[in-house]
Amino acid sequence: MPTKIEKDAITGQNTTGHEWDGLKELNTPLPKWWLYTFYATIVFGVGYTVLYPAWPSLSGHTEGTLGWTRRGEVSAALAEQKAKIAPMMEKIKAAEVADIRKDPEMMAFVTAAGRTAFAENCAGCHGAGGAGAKGFPTLADDDWLWGGAPDQILQTVTYGIRNANADSRVSDMPRFGADQMLDKAQINDVSEYVLSLSGTATDKAAAEKGAQVYADNCAACHGEKGEGIQDVGAPRLNDGIWLYGGDKAAVVETVTNARRGSMPAWGERLDPATVKVLSAYVHALGGGK
Amino acid sequence: MKFSHAVIEKNVLLLVVLSLITISIGGLVQIVPLFTVESTIERVDGVRPYSPLELAGRNIYIREGCYVCHSQQVRTFKDEVERYGHYSLAAESMYDHPFQWGSKRTGPDLARVGGKYSNDWHVAHLNNPRAVVPESIMPSYPWLNRPLKYADMAEHLKTNRIVGVPYTDEQIANAVKDLELQAGALPDGDTSVVTARYPKAVVGDFDGNPAVTEMDALVAYLQMLGTLVDFTKITPEDLKQ
Repeated sequence: MPTKIEKDAITGQNTTGHEWDGLKELNTPLPKWWLYTFYATIVFGVGYTVLYPAWPSLSGHTEGTLGWTRRGEVSAALAEQKAKIAPMMEKIKAAEVADIRKDPEMMAFVTAAGRTAFAENCAGCHGAGGAGAKGFPTLADDDWLWGGAPDQILQTVTYGIRNANADSRVSDMPRFGADQMLDKAQINDVSEYVLSLSGTATDKAAAEKGAQVYADNCAACHGEKGEGIQDVGAPRLNDGIWLYGGDKAAVVETVTNARRGSMPAWGERLDPATVKVLSAYVHALGGGK
Repeated sequence: MKFSHAVIEKNVLLLVVLSLITISIGGLVQIVPLFTVESTIERVDGVRPYSPLELAGRNIYIREGCYVCHSQQVRTFKDEVERYGHYSLAAESMYDHPFQWGSKRTGPDLARVGGKYSNDWHVAHLNNPRAVVPESIMPSYPWLNRPLKYADMAEHLKTNRIVGVPYTDEQIANAVKDLELQAGALPDGDTSVVTARYPKAVVGDFDGNPAVTEMDALVAYLQMLGTLVDFTKITPEDLKQ
């Protein structure tokens, strides 16, 4: 209940004039430092909404007198970054990949820039450091599907393999089993023959029978001795390196349903200089020709 | 009479009226700006409603909780734009109900994953991420190889139309057929009708299984993410909100 406002003897502050069961409430003012800080935040807040985009209106919002936008800031930051590396990127863009490989200055840049670009764009399939995975070729060795010369790598990175790009590398192995070009026995024989090329056949008789099937159906692309032909992306078969596994079941599956791995055309996603950086980086991974 | 809060506290009607006015101001401040939300969507070309197969894949994406670890929003930060590509536009998720921007990034952002990997890679990766990315902590999703249930696809399109996605009657009528065509389940079908109705849709038998599987749907969805707007043809004027 309301009582008279009176001065408290101990603190020297006035009471609020409220009393509950004999307890009176002090009207102690806020500390000055707190109060002025509070006012300062209000002034800051008002100033902020004037300088920066803030108040909504019926058709948008106030732009702020500084003209700042988040998108503008990121565009400026990207432009600055681009300008910083522009001289080197221009030099790389104009150079042949083979010449980049011979130039220590450009290669120093490629090693650093290529590492991040490779990790973000290539390592998902080709593994960290180009280690490869089942179905995705190893880039750190000297066994190449479409060629390991600098320009061949550039072509592959730029246009990709078996994708929608008009200049994509294309070759489709026939599905010998699924399309009934060979019967099961022939597939078994030719698989044994293919394994025999790298000395891992288990059934010599079948492998001998498979030689003729191979000569009739496979040699045109994979070569008479299974040496592979890079112009058509036909892998070498007489080594111990297998993209989809070198056990018999995997080879039979390959002959039956074919394998048609594909790779995006990175020229569509990345700028030409970055594509060159990646090509030189991949060439330098260990197996470049 | 001197005005004080005691006057309001002692008059119920006045208290109710003033409370309503106060609450209305608070409500209007929050609600009115939403009427201008259209003005935040950039006028860019290319964004279209999802094709039936993509929409089915999107439903699986939500069902499996992909959004729990993957965002779909390239933010306006230099590092993100350099890594993923152009920052996301409001226009790119205008047909998303609900949007998949996400707030947790255990895995990489997926807003522009479309076309970045091959179909084979996606299939291998979803079956067992460790098969292609040894250090991955993503769970395996091998059950996606089961057949997709899509008999009710037209209803999904209709439902999206109710919340504002501009599906045409033609698109709804052809939903099931378009889905089968895009997934390569009709070997002799003319897939150009799908790409005509849904430009840039990725057509193909994604997982090598002739039946339409959940894998087909999810990969079709992933392969179109972020590919609709051609940023080489965008001017700063187009991005004005």
